[in-house]
Amino acid sequence: MISSGGGGGGGGGGGFADRSMRNAVDQGEEIFTRFDSRIVQRLWGFFGPHRLYFVAALSAVLLFTAVQVAIPYTVRYSIDASVGTSTIALTTVLSVFGGLIVLYAIMQFVQEWLSSCLAQRVIFDLRRAMFAHLQDVSLSLLDQTQVGRLMARLQGDVGSLQEFLENSVSAIGDLFLLIGIIVVLLGMDLKLGLLTLSVLPLLVLARALWIPWAKVKFRRARESSSSVNAALAENISGIRTVQENRREAFNFERYTGLVQENLEAQIGSSQASQIMVPAVDILTGAALAIVVVVGGEAVLGGTLGVGVMVAYIFYVQRFFDPIRTLSMQYTMMQRAAASGHRIFEVLDLPITIADRPDPVEITQATPGIEFRNVTFGYRPDQPVLHALNFAVKPHQTVALVGPTGSGKTSITALIHRFYEAWEGEVRVGGHDVRDISLESLGQTVGLVLQEPFLFSGSIYDNIRYGVTGADKADVIAAAVAVRAHDFIMQFPDGYDTQLGQRGRNLSIGQRQLLSFARALLAKPKILILDEATANIDSFTEQAIQQALKVLLNGRTCLVIAHRLATIRDADLIIVLERGRIVEQGNHDELLKRRGLYSRLHSSSHDSFDDIAAPLAAYAA
Amino acid sequence: MNTVASLIMTAQPPQQAAEPTAARVDVKAMPKILGRLTRLALRYPIWSGAAVSCALGAAVFNLITPRLLGQAVDQAHHLLVDGQFNPAATHAALLTTALLIVGTCAVRGTLTGLQGFLGEAIAQRVGYDLRLAFFQKLQHMSFSFHDTNHSGDLIARGMLDLEGVRGFLETGVLRVITLVLLLGVGSWQVLRADLQLGLLSLSFVPFVIWRATQMGALLRVTWNRLQEMLSNLTLDMEENLQGSRVVRAFASRSFELAKFDRIAQAALELSNRRIVIRMGAMSVMNLAYYSAMALVLFFGGRRVADGSLTVGMLTEFLTFMSILQQPVRQVGMVVNSSARATSSGRRLFEILDAQPEIADVPGAKNLVIDQGVLRLENVAFSYPGSTRNALTDINIEVSAGRTLGIVGAPGSGKSTLAGLIPRFYDVTAGRITIDGQDIRRVTLQSLRRSVSLVQQEIFLFDTSIHNNVAYTDPWAQEERVIEATSIAQLHEHIATLPKGYSTRVGERGVSLSGGQRQRMSIARGLVSQPDIIILDDSTAAIDAATEQRVRAALRDAVNHMATIIIAHRLSALKDADEIVFLEGGRIVERGNHQHLIGAGGRYAALWALQNRTDGYLGTAGHPLEEAQVS
Ligand SMILES: Nc1ncnc2c1ncn2[C@@H]1O[C@H](COP(=O)(O)OP(=O)(O)OP(=O)(O)O)[C@@H](O)[C@H]1O
Ligand SMILES: Nc1ncnc2c1ncn2[C@@H]1O[C@H](COP(=O)(O)OP(=O)(O)OP(=O)(O)O)[C@@H](O)[C@H]1O
Ligand SMILES: [Mg+2]
Ligand SMILES: [Mg+2]
Repeated sequence: MISSGGGGGGGGGGGFADRSMRNAVDQGEEIFTRFDSRIVQRLWGFFGPHRLYFVAALSAVLLFTAVQVAIPYTVRYSIDASVGTSTIALTTVLSVFGGLIVLYAIMQFVQEWLSSCLAQRVIFDLRRAMFAHLQDVSLSLLDQTQVGRLMARLQGDVGSLQEFLENSVSAIGDLFLLIGIIVVLLGMDLKLGLLTLSVLPLLVLARALWIPWAKVKFRRARESSSSVNAALAENISGIRTVQENRREAFNFERYTGLVQENLEAQIGSSQASQIMVPAVDILTGAALAIVVVVGGEAVLGGTLGVGVMVAYIFYVQRFFDPIRTLSMQYTMMQRAAASGHRIFEVLDLPITIADRPDPVEITQATPGIEFRNVTFGYRPDQPVLHALNFAVKPHQTVALVGPTGSGKTSITALIHRFYEAWEGEVRVGGHDVRDISLESLGQTVGLVLQEPFLFSGSIYDNIRYGVTGADKADVIAAAVAVRAHDFIMQFPDGYDTQLGQRGRNLSIGQRQLLSFARALLAKPKILILDEATANIDSFTEQAIQQALKVLLNGRTCLVIAHRLATIRDADLIIVLERGRIVEQGNHDELLKRRGLYSRLHSSSHDSFDDIAAPLAAYAA
Repeated sequence: MNTVASLIMTAQPPQQAAEPTAARVDVKAMPKILGRLTRLALRYPIWSGAAVSCALGAAVFNLITPRLLGQAVDQAHHLLVDGQFNPAATHAALLTTALLIVGTCAVRGTLTGLQGFLGEAIAQRVGYDLRLAFFQKLQHMSFSFHDTNHSGDLIARGMLDLEGVRGFLETGVLRVITLVLLLGVGSWQVLRADLQLGLLSLSFVPFVIWRATQMGALLRVTWNRLQEMLSNLTLDMEENLQGSRVVRAFASRSFELAKFDRIAQAALELSNRRIVIRMGAMSVMNLAYYSAMALVLFFGGRRVADGSLTVGMLTEFLTFMSILQQPVRQVGMVVNSSARATSSGRRLFEILDAQPEIADVPGAKNLVIDQGVLRLENVAFSYPGSTRNALTDINIEVSAGRTLGIVGAPGSGKSTLAGLIPRFYDVTAGRITIDGQDIRRVTLQSLRRSVSLVQQEIFLFDTSIHNNVAYTDPWAQEERVIEATSIAQLHEHIATLPKGYSTRVGERGVSLSGGQRQRMSIARGLVSQPDIIILDDSTAAIDAATEQRVRAALRDAVNHMATIIIAHRLSALKDADEIVFLEGGRIVERGNHQHLIGAGGRYAALWALQNRTDGYLGTAGHPLEEAQVS
């Protein structure tokens, strides 16, 4: 009864890149720490908006249960009518029976339909809440986990909770049915009823012994299936790297180990769930035996109608059905509880970057940027930027250069408030970014990321991602500006060409051009180019710059490039090294200073035969 | 394991994997796919035999209970077979019956439990086989397959569809068997006992079969559409999270939520429809079942009244019917799970039946490197499904210790060319040889061991720096890893990290800077000490000074390798023995730096552009035109 797809779900990470045999299942899970334990209560909160549905479903379940309890009762009367011990005619009883079964069919439909609708809606809301929450969670948290892990929660865990919820209304029905049957059994004949029910404590005892044992097995099954899925997901995402590095055999062997472990764990868990089947059956037999002996005696002695005995037989058999399904539900419940836990962990991820109440909007036509004493880092005690001070005045084009890892990309991330500065202030348009609404900041600052990311879908939709209402003419204008139009038109479908995952069917430079066009189309007041032309040839780059000169006339611009030719024309060049500004000025000034910039500059011209001198100087 | 894998994969003639997932229902698909699944289970004949025997046993014992209970009722109702009523004998008889009931139930319970366990065990074993086969298949499918199949979709197939199939084997198959057995043995039993009542109590069966078939067809359409919708939802969420920086950069939260709502709403509606179909059919089936019971009660009751039937017999029929109720309720589940298994099975087999386009030819030999001469002869290539040639008429030669440089505009085919050498794709025309051996005739393993391609698009695993660098050779010595990172100029930086080589790099290396990622990837390419190394724009994100150091270190370390460097910054290529200039997939200029500068063509213009002192915006005209005119 364990479906391993549910609980764990998939994830990325840690699977095979590891040399040690230990599987790093937990890598990327550290971010989920804050959690409060009132799952049921919080889940209940999601039922709130659908209260009507819930009440309707519950009433339907109650009615359905009542009909279910009543049916064997009519069987009793029809038996009694047949043997002549009842005053009610068989036809009357059977017409009641007929009415009941029609009601049964209707109520069965209504209860299942209502309860499934309810479950689906609750699940829809839950998933949406998670998804919406993840849109607000800061990148500093997201960086520490893997998309696969989040997907496992959004898909696998939500799925197993859904399975549970869909079944739980009928589980409530089963519970009512149990109670109903107990009432009827005791009502028909107290003594026989009590005797029959005397097997119940045994059942309770058996379960009490079983649960702790089974729990362990179920948990092992869940965990092993989640590591199998994580390993699969990781291998698929990195398949090119796998093939390139000939890791197929090694990974297969590692995966076989995981799958083998999963097989054993799953078989263990099915042992655990099946062992209860004979136990319940034996107790059913015992209860029936009691009915036969005690009830039979009573019938013989004339103290009990034969119809009652038949009804008893029916009830006792029906009685154990819900018990059986309830114990199947137990595994489902276990899984759902674990899933609920993981779902609320996502909802509890702290949102550290949000609009303050009553945020300001940027209204200036050309805002500037200012860093005041900004210190920032990704890991505690490891600052990446140290007390940085600089300003990009409105209308200026400022370039950031520096060796790799010096903190250029980090600066752009701070301007867009992807992360919060540790100390100091990042100001855009004269306001601290923490005071500006994220929406307004997003519209003001356009960012071409160092690593282009495209969505699967058409080229057209990708370019107008930031401005969904943009018409074709605007899209084409942006594409022309970045010199992407020509290659797009070479595709048979032009702008409607469907891109594969991450734009796979384009060359990297082409992807970069599209991501550039996407930023331009949004007409941001501040444009930040982080190595936007690193994978593009200088001819194209020059053409783009000439187009930008017109397009960006009067805008503020921050450019990062390793190719110094790209930034020679900047009004100000800021040279960074290890998170500190080491020099600034324009191209000519900096060359004259003979500092880091001039060394970088000469490196990009010299061949490696004559670099000994600058290299030594650089190392010094 | 390989034989098992091949069994799974060759059970059916190969189909094309990229087949559109139409919502159309193919009538023959269901028995074909379910049959194939069942055959997978039959590969465990002993287990399957045992499971079926247990199911049979459980069914038989299940059917004994009505008889015993009926007998008990008759005993209590003074209707012993011999017509005499003796309280003491009746007591004894009741007691015997009671014991028999307990015994029967115990046996039935044990058999049912065993059957359930065996069913799950077989399904898990088949799941095991399928998992491994699926994994292995994906590892061997070529790049062009992975270009067209979204990783999210493949993951969904390997997880959800595999579960769908397994779920069917776990419960579906055995339930069908139990159902058939119960019906078969039971009908024989009740028809023999009393033809009229027997027929009445079975009268609902044809109706249920009819409705169930209809429901199956409807459910299958819905399942196909639902699976497609769910897959869309997955892709949507996944891309949103993968592109979280872009989503935030454009403040597109509300756009993304609206898109999510649209897809999720559609999935919700399909899901609801599935329930309406299932429950509609189920409640009608239950109605039929209870109507049959009403008939039994009516005719049976009348006959009890006129004495031609004992109460016990009537009870027996009624109990028999109540035993049938469980399977009737399960018909819905079985039909649902087989509908799901059909569409899941199709999606899974699509992958398992796909044939890798690039694989070792029969009798492939290991690549033997002697001189280390790589030659491309009249190579042309076009991507599958594309009509345009990405490369035309390429002739190149590089040998050990020499360097080839490649330049060209975006989309000119540089990466495409690089990908042909380790055979990520096969040439469409011409051939590629290494020391005279056509690379299509040697084993992939040996080819890719000799050729290291540092890809332009960097992929790092979310694990430690060490594990990433040593990915090619997990057992590589520490020194080799450090040597590789030192050449890539990364060692110094790693040494400053508190956790050094055990620092985790984050998904795709997010916690590294662009240049650090790129250098990791260079280091990874060096660890295996290849004979041919290709650096595809691998220094684009690195500053010139660091790049020079990388190149200097490389030159010392790799002078025995054949090197191909693709770059946009010409200073990186200047010293190459030969430089080719690609345009639209053709070589338009070639020669060494001096020669190309002297020729005054595109290369010379590019060089002039990159080295002018006044910046790009200084002049209006296109430098290429200028250069060509002069
Ligand atoms: N998400 C992150 N988590 C932890 N550390 C990070 C993260 N992003 C960057 N770093 C570290 O911060 C430092 C600065 O990185 P940044 O990306 O700002 O450099 P950069 O100047 O853009 O370099 P490059 O030119 O290589 O792109 C690097 O040492 C890098 O390893
Ligand atoms: N997987 C693919 N499927 C179909 N077409 C592709 C695929 N990859 C690349 N192309 C197309 O083939 C052409 C050559 O691409 P390639 O990646 O070789 O260019 P490139 O010279 O490496 O460019 P860049 O400098 O941008 O890296 C481009 O037009 C591109 O759109
Ligand atoms: Mg950067
Ligand atoms: Mg390329």
